Amino acid sequence: MSTPMTGPVPPDHPAHDPDPNVETASAIARGELGDPALQDSLEQGRTGGDGSPVLEDPVLTVKDLNIVYEVGKGVHAVQDASFVLRRGEILGLAGESGCGKTTLAYGLNQLHRPPARITGGSVTFHDRDAAADVDVLALEGSALRAFRWSKVAMVFQGAMNSLNPVLSIRTQLGDVLTTHRPQMDRGERRRRSEELLELVGVDRGRIDAYPHELSGGMRQRVMIAMALALDPQLMIMDEPTTALDVVVQREILQEVLRLRRELGFAVVFITHDLPMLLEISDRIAVMKQGRIVELDTAENLYFAPQHPYTRRLLGSFPSLTGDAGDFVRAGFSGADQEATR
Amino acid sequence: MHLLRKIGFYLVALWAAVTLNFFIPRALPGSPVDAVLAKLALRGPVAPETRQAIEVMLGADTDRSLFQEYFAYLGGLLSGDLGVSVTYFPTPVSQVVGQSLPWTLVLVGLATTFTFILGMVLGTLAGWKRGTWLDSLIPATTILQAVPYFWLALLFIYVLSVNLGMFPISGGYDYTLVRPAFDYPFLSNALYYGFLPALTIVLSSLGGWLLGMRNMMVSTLSEDYILTAEAKGLSPRRVMVMYAARNAMLPSVSGFAISLGFVVSGSIVVETVFSYPGVGFTMLQAVQNNDYSLMQGMFLIITVAVLAANLVVDLLYGVIDPRTRARG
Amino acid sequence: MATSTDPTSAVPNSAAPTAGTPGRLRASLRRLATPSLVIGAGLVVVITLFGLIAPFFVADPLAISNLGMAPPSAEHWLGTTQTGQDVLAQLAWATRGSLLVGVIVAVLALFLSAFFGILGGYLGGWIDEGFSLFTNVVLILPGLPLMIVIGSYVQQRGLLLIAFILAITSWAAAARVLRSQTLSIRTRDYVQAAKVAGEKPHRIIAVEILPNLLPVMSSGFVFALITAILGEAGLSFIGLGVVGTQTWGSMLFYAQNGQALTLGGWWWFVPPGLMIAALGCGLSLINFSIDGIINPRLRTAPKAARSVRRAEQGAERADDSEATTKEVLA
Repeated sequence: MSTPMTGPVPPDHPAHDPDPNVETASAIARGELGDPALQDSLEQGRTGGDGSPVLEDPVLTVKDLNIVYEVGKGVHAVQDASFVLRRGEILGLAGESGCGKTTLAYGLNQLHRPPARITGGSVTFHDRDAAADVDVLALEGSALRAFRWSKVAMVFQGAMNSLNPVLSIRTQLGDVLTTHRPQMDRGERRRRSEELLELVGVDRGRIDAYPHELSGGMRQRVMIAMALALDPQLMIMDEPTTALDVVVQREILQEVLRLRRELGFAVVFITHDLPMLLEISDRIAVMKQGRIVELDTAENLYFAPQHPYTRRLLGSFPSLTGDAGDFVRAGFSGADQEATR
Repeated sequence: MHLLRKIGFYLVALWAAVTLNFFIPRALPGSPVDAVLAKLALRGPVAPETRQAIEVMLGADTDRSLFQEYFAYLGGLLSGDLGVSVTYFPTPVSQVVGQSLPWTLVLVGLATTFTFILGMVLGTLAGWKRGTWLDSLIPATTILQAVPYFWLALLFIYVLSVNLGMFPISGGYDYTLVRPAFDYPFLSNALYYGFLPALTIVLSSLGGWLLGMRNMMVSTLSEDYILTAEAKGLSPRRVMVMYAARNAMLPSVSGFAISLGFVVSGSIVVETVFSYPGVGFTMLQAVQNNDYSLMQGMFLIITVAVLAANLVVDLLYGVIDPRTRARG
Repeated sequence: MATSTDPTSAVPNSAAPTAGTPGRLRASLRRLATPSLVIGAGLVVVITLFGLIAPFFVADPLAISNLGMAPPSAEHWLGTTQTGQDVLAQLAWATRGSLLVGVIVAVLALFLSAFFGILGGYLGGWIDEGFSLFTNVVLILPGLPLMIVIGSYVQQRGLLLIAFILAITSWAAAARVLRSQTLSIRTRDYVQAAKVAGEKPHRIIAVEILPNLLPVMSSGFVFALITAILGEAGLSFIGLGVVGTQTWGSMLFYAQNGQALTLGGWWWFVPPGLMIAALGCGLSLINFSIDGIINPRLRTAPKAARSVRRAEQGAERADDSEATTKEVLA
């Protein structure tokens, strides 16, 4: 599902180039130019200034997750992935195309497709509304379907094809409710759907529209509205802004941050766009060839990357090599145009 | 706008068919009018108006220009005058058409509708359960698709009718027992006589629908909106029907014209094998008797029926695919 | 395009193993040589050889004898017709005749569809509008009734005339596919680049567009072959086929008129039908393989589902206690 067209520049040529800019970049990457003010502004941007919405208790625990593509001798797409996601936290999953980040994220919900198969490990969901933890990988059939979306919702590259082109927005919002809230009647479903649309800034009059009648940004807002329908505790976002232009990208991200503050869901945010992740994530996991090679707070990852691959990845974004904090002040525009085009 | 374009296209197609029907007898060698008049003369004197109707229909060396003839021909069509049949003299062609059309409409119409639905359902299941035993249905339908309709009909007659005596060999109903009426004895008898022809059409045309639907299902299932639907926790049934099959059937519906052409051609031959009193059989009777006016009339009515069926399906497509409505 | 510098990147872009050029060639050949292609090509080759060679070895197919309606025997392997003609000899000549008509029609239809589809799609504008309208009208007019009307006026129905009639009623579907393919290829970067570079249209069509259409065109050719052979059989069966040439359809025409059904002469009408079915089947199987090349998902999705199921069964056998069965197929 990740886009193979884009991705970081191949690390082996620019990283070891004695270019002065790159020198600065690795200096930043080594944390030598650490700037406390910048750290604060990053934190501020994420939380809206009134303290972090991240709670200490976990919402999801992943332990030694292994996913294999049953092709030929088998390709180990995810190897021994482990992390704990706290309530309200935004965890960024970064890495180049094909590193296994999408496979990992889909595995959390058993949404991986053949020939992918989970060969080991555990995914535990700590439900806010129930005492017992949920062993996600043991779920099957109707139990799995009831778990999906009500606990873990997903947002895909909505500007592309995540909405069914022949069903109206109302039908597609409504069938989440008919499936998970069968006691709701027609009127209630309609009211809830309209409420959700307004929550994400879409005019409620668009409820009878079809996906092709909406712009890319609108479609993505509808996807987010759909994801919010059941008040999930975790939202997995797979490159939700990749196909959008930078202004819309920015709006959508701000919307996600706002909703997170208001509703308190945790987010696993997948993208190959490291600068974007640095700005919005509380913590970032860097993946390479199916392994999480580094997992740390956005600040630590940016100012003091430990793994050589993280440094290479940071060095591969040109805007990071200029004035420190350039991409933050300029918004996403500079960084993103380079990274996603 | 979309609707107007569609209707415009069908008007052009209708005009093309009508014009072909006018020019073919005039452009090709032989003088059909002489042949028909000679046959008619055997049955008695030919009235001048009959002679003129035939000349307008088939072309003759009159002093009128082609242009005048063409308009006389169009005028004749509008007033439903297709000339007189030689085979069923003195019945007008339009009346023969009227007698044979219902048989074909019911036989081919019902068989095709049933096959289409069955093919969509089986294709949906085969695509949904891809990689399972249902995929082994595919080779079987391929063989059925490669078998000519009429040969399958011959086999059925040989095995089921001649050897086992389960079904009648030919005809649309037993005219020694019942006569056409809208009552139980006739309808049940017609059903009994129509079963084998219908079975032939169903089995021969099922493979195409099934295979097309199955392949589209496989393609559709890898679309992102299917993943969304699964992530939403919808029941497999709803994902299969509303998300996968709903979208996968669109090409089958928009490609209906191509498939219907095959079904109609196949049905004409099947009708002749069973001597079924529909338009196909009547058309071939006309060919064998050099009854050119009847043949042309049959060609016209088959074409109009095919165009009408396609128009209906096209309008239906506009309903099931909202994107065509907006493009309008 | 290439983002990974590491050759052992964790998730390959496609299911196909990547390898060096000679290995890749062999691998792709192996991938193309699916069972359906092998069986299909085998059927077609055997039938073609039968049609080419057998007529030299059989008796005169038209020689009549007193041994009418005789079942298969050592002397007449496929029995005799009502007038004592050898069915095997007729079948051999009919195979040749049907194949000949089929190939001529398929070639003609291919040319017509390429002309209207590719040229219209490439040139665009009112030419495309006109071609497209013409194609759709031809497509929607029922073929067989038209053939019957034309055929009934012409008493001297030669091979070429019948082939021509079949061709003009069977090219339209392929033309529509070719047009839509051409439309999508026309907008690709390398075609635009060639246009900007001032290449002549015929050169762009021949060099940039045609190679990309080859899979679709070969699929169209195979399909036209099936349609033509079935169409000819239908036309001959109702007595409007080529005069003086034996085909499978004409054999069936004589068989039905010779009361083969009521007299129990299955050996007369079963073989030609089987030949049509076998050839149609073989050609369809070949077409499946071509479809698999055009649309790889048709091939990989069922395979992926199967391989996971196999791996799961293996995992279950190896470790019963571990709950590995997942609702993979949902």
